[in-house]
Amino acid sequence: MPEGLSAWQLVVSGDPALYAIVRLSLMVSLLAVGLGALIGLPLGGLIALVRFPGRGALIVVINAMMGLPPVVVGLLVFLLLSRSGPLGSFGLLFTPTAMVIAQAVLIAPIIAALTRQIVEDLWLEYRDELQAMGVPPLQRLATLLYDARISLVTALLAGFGRAAAEVGAVMIVGGNIANHTRTMTTAIALETSKGDLPLAMGLGMVLIFIVLAVNASAWGLRVFAEKRIG
Amino acid sequence: MRELPLLFDSVGVSIGATPLLTDLSLTLNAGAPTLVIGPNGAGKSTLLRLAMGLIAPTRGRVTWGGHQDPAPRRRAMVFQRPVMLRRSALQNVTYALEQAGVAKETIETRASALLAQVGLQDIAHRPARRLSGGEQQRLALARALARDPELLILDEPTASLDPAATRAVEDIIAQAADSGIKILMASHDLGQVRRLAGEVIFLSHGRLREHSAAQMFFENPKTPLAQAFLRGDIVLET
Ligand SMILES: Nc1ncnc2c1ncn2[C@@H]1O[C@H](COP(=O)(O)OP(=O)(O)OP(=O)(O)O)[C@@H](O)[C@H]1O
Ligand SMILES: [Mg+2]
Repeated sequence: MPEGLSAWQLVVSGDPALYAIVRLSLMVSLLAVGLGALIGLPLGGLIALVRFPGRGALIVVINAMMGLPPVVVGLLVFLLLSRSGPLGSFGLLFTPTAMVIAQAVLIAPIIAALTRQIVEDLWLEYRDELQAMGVPPLQRLATLLYDARISLVTALLAGFGRAAAEVGAVMIVGGNIANHTRTMTTAIALETSKGDLPLAMGLGMVLIFIVLAVNASAWGLRVFAEKRIG
Repeated sequence: MRELPLLFDSVGVSIGATPLLTDLSLTLNAGAPTLVIGPNGAGKSTLLRLAMGLIAPTRGRVTWGGHQDPAPRRRAMVFQRPVMLRRSALQNVTYALEQAGVAKETIETRASALLAQVGLQDIAHRPARRLSGGEQQRLALARALARDPELLILDEPTASLDPAATRAVEDIIAQAADSGIKILMASHDLGQVRRLAGEVIFLSHGRLREHSAAQMFFENPKTPLAQAFLRGDIVLET
């Protein structure tokens, strides 16, 4: 397959167009994970520790949002950011910022749901001891988040995986504009339909490599933690 | 605020329709250790959890030094199955010290002293969850002592330990008692009760059957249930 060969050459020769797209994608997804973590970690922790009216409904909504197709999330964020939408005055539509927001909305529920499960399990284990030490509620949350940090990083990596692999949300709110909002996944979709297979395949290789690397670090972290933290 | 005297006033605990403890009144003062004995399921752990303020009585009330607020001030507890924080042995102790409000500058020295007291100074940096059962039990003791307790509650702290480890834990407890800490401890080991107890509480079927000086209890148990228990007859909780 000659396309395969030239795709490989694009990757190893450090093709600037290809790596500009990779850089933007990574930047967007990493910032989205940061933003999603800022919302998802405390939210998941609170739902785990606090009983309040509507808690069950909130859990259902979060679980449902985990399963939403990215295009639907993209559409919702599009409506929010479009000129006539509630956040239209910021002029964010078709910018990398819009893509970060859309991906954060996409993965915050994943991070929140996984965090809730992780923190709740650890709370069941720690409850008696922390109560006997008189640990006040906010410090309980801090202790649980800290002691569950390894599992929580795994949750963040899962969020990153979903962000890096999705195409629908960034396509809608970013617009797939060359040199501006074109990410790996949207570029692959476009180049494949245009018939430029080498670039599409090159990006595909990089994406596969990134996903593998993310999972390898999750695994490595687990092994390390088993040894060091117990 | 003081933790003693600890007072149970006609305390009952039920889960649904099942009574775990019934109409239990007792007063605990400073002094020699109080050992709680009785068959499996008699309600020993439930009594200790009440004394720690971890559960609220369904009936009656529990007070500490005359006040009713269950927040532990100078109380500490070692559970039947202590849970180690996912940290090193040393960090388990420093965490307890922080929570007890010990001044930052003194935490490090206090932590080393506590680890030395329970004989774990050489494995201070090992992950606590990788320690052996006996080591974990001693670490739990160090964590409890970190609270500088007036009342120390222990739920069968030697239940799964070999004789040497049991002796090590008993020595720490006896030392703590000598230093003026009131010990309230459940045990299944009558030899241990004889070694440690100043007074004995005998429970069965969720009721307090006897509460007397240890010597009195062993020489002259008043209830037939306690007599049978001491003879080693099987006292069933049915
Ligand atoms: N949350 C609960 N729900 C229902 N039953 C409970 C609960 N907690 C305790 N029990 C029951 O209450 C009784 C007393 O339990 P407790 O743990 O106080 O006994 P114990 O004297 O400590 O027994 P052991 O010697 O086995 O530790 C037992 O029959 C137990 O099954
Ligand atoms: Mg028990």
